[in-house]
Amino acid sequence: MTTQTAPQVSAQVSNQVPVQAPALQPPSAMLAELTYRCPLACPYCSNPLQMGGRETEMPTEAWQDIFTQAAALGVLHVHMSGGEPASRRDLRELVAHCAGLGLYTNLITSGVGLTKASFAELAAAGLDHVQLSIQDAEAKSADWIGGYEGGFAKKLEVASWVAEEGLPLTINAVIHRANVARAADMVDFAVRLGARRIEIAHTQYYGWALHNRAHLMPTREQSEKAYAEVEERRIRYKGQIVIDHVAPDYHAKFPKACMSGWGRMSMNVTPQGKVLPCHAAETIPGLEFWNAREKSLAEIWASSPGFNAYRGDDWMQEPCRSCERKAVDFGGCRCQAMALVGDAAACDPICSKSPRHNLIAEIAARDSAEEVAGFTPRRIERAREKSPV
Amino acid sequence: MTVEELAPESRPHLLRGVKLKNDQVRKTWVLLAPERYLRLNAISVDILQRCDGDAALSTIVDDLAEKYSADRTLIERDVRSLLNSLLEKRMLGL
Repeated sequence: MTTQTAPQVSAQVSNQVPVQAPALQPPSAMLAELTYRCPLACPYCSNPLQMGGRETEMPTEAWQDIFTQAAALGVLHVHMSGGEPASRRDLRELVAHCAGLGLYTNLITSGVGLTKASFAELAAAGLDHVQLSIQDAEAKSADWIGGYEGGFAKKLEVASWVAEEGLPLTINAVIHRANVARAADMVDFAVRLGARRIEIAHTQYYGWALHNRAHLMPTREQSEKAYAEVEERRIRYKGQIVIDHVAPDYHAKFPKACMSGWGRMSMNVTPQGKVLPCHAAETIPGLEFWNAREKSLAEIWASSPGFNAYRGDDWMQEPCRSCERKAVDFGGCRCQAMALVGDAAACDPICSKSPRHNLIAEIAARDSAEEVAGFTPRRIERAREKSPV
Repeated sequence: MTVEELAPESRPHLLRGVKLKNDQVRKTWVLLAPERYLRLNAISVDILQRCDGDAALSTIVDDLAEKYSADRTLIERDVRSLLNSLLEKRMLGL
């Protein structure tokens, strides 16, 4: 055997596609937000502040049609999310449809709303993986953060069902000031639950998290301590659990490669059928996004003005345009640039090269000094607007 | 829980939720796993298609050495390299 034929597992495509004049790659992932309904009220939810209720949601057949198109377009993973996807009564039908298309089907759930019987049905329908959220490593705090009494106990139960079915389990934990001291405990906890993987995600400030930032932001010292403790677990648990660690943005030197680049790898579909590059894309004013109930997914991926707005690097300003990192982090996050400096095409101010970078330290210092208790729980407004769909 | 180690008599298999797929859109084989995928070259596919939980590592190596008319030591090194990386990613069972 020569070295050319040596087995190699290549990196994901993310580092291999040049930024300039990119050929449009097929999307590899779809986040299907089946519903915004959710029994929990986590104050860092990435859903928008204005959410449509049940009567605005797409019916089963519309979702099935979208999944069929997604498979043909090259989507490999479908992440069924929300809201709480188990709030949809047709979840089993949707999972079965995706499995039949050969799509890898991931359920992103709080666990609340599942029963042992309904979960067994999902597994039998072809579900591939479960991502279960936890709010903390201890019940009282976890239930307070999620605003749902008994939620923590329910999650333990759901984790045991996943283990009984033999399905892979990922634990997802969002880190903020109310649980930052127990970030590493949550890794230990996930190992005890038998999870193969854990996402320790320091809060990203969009949606409800941006709204509640002053109640969620840890101090720099808290963030750094938690980060180091989790990294230590990576070595301790090597081969037992895979740790995906999302760094605290506001205490970073360089921005994250948000979504691995705008419109490069994945798409979000809202409960109403709107197709977006990410959760927060609609917070950027003036962008036109198309709806999968009106146009084909292939047409949307290739030609939707909202998707094309920040592809490649023509849109970039300095210091991004001439930056050697532009193929690494794509200038950071467009929604964050919009939210913090009022210009979606600006360098993400998380970047130490941004002329507005000082703002980040000011916000982090100010917000981390606030009281933790007063956040606004996520909820769908009772007086809902009729969605245009 | 102890971390498993490859031995000649190990019978490697992809864990549930880890799947080989011949992707017709990208014209390549991929390994689908929880929230990630890996593009595979032809020989990685050859190795993983033999990891069925029945065949022992030593048998897989013999088989590939014969197929590629190649030195067994080199083949074993490459097979172990791939399988160890998948063990570390929690994608493989023994």
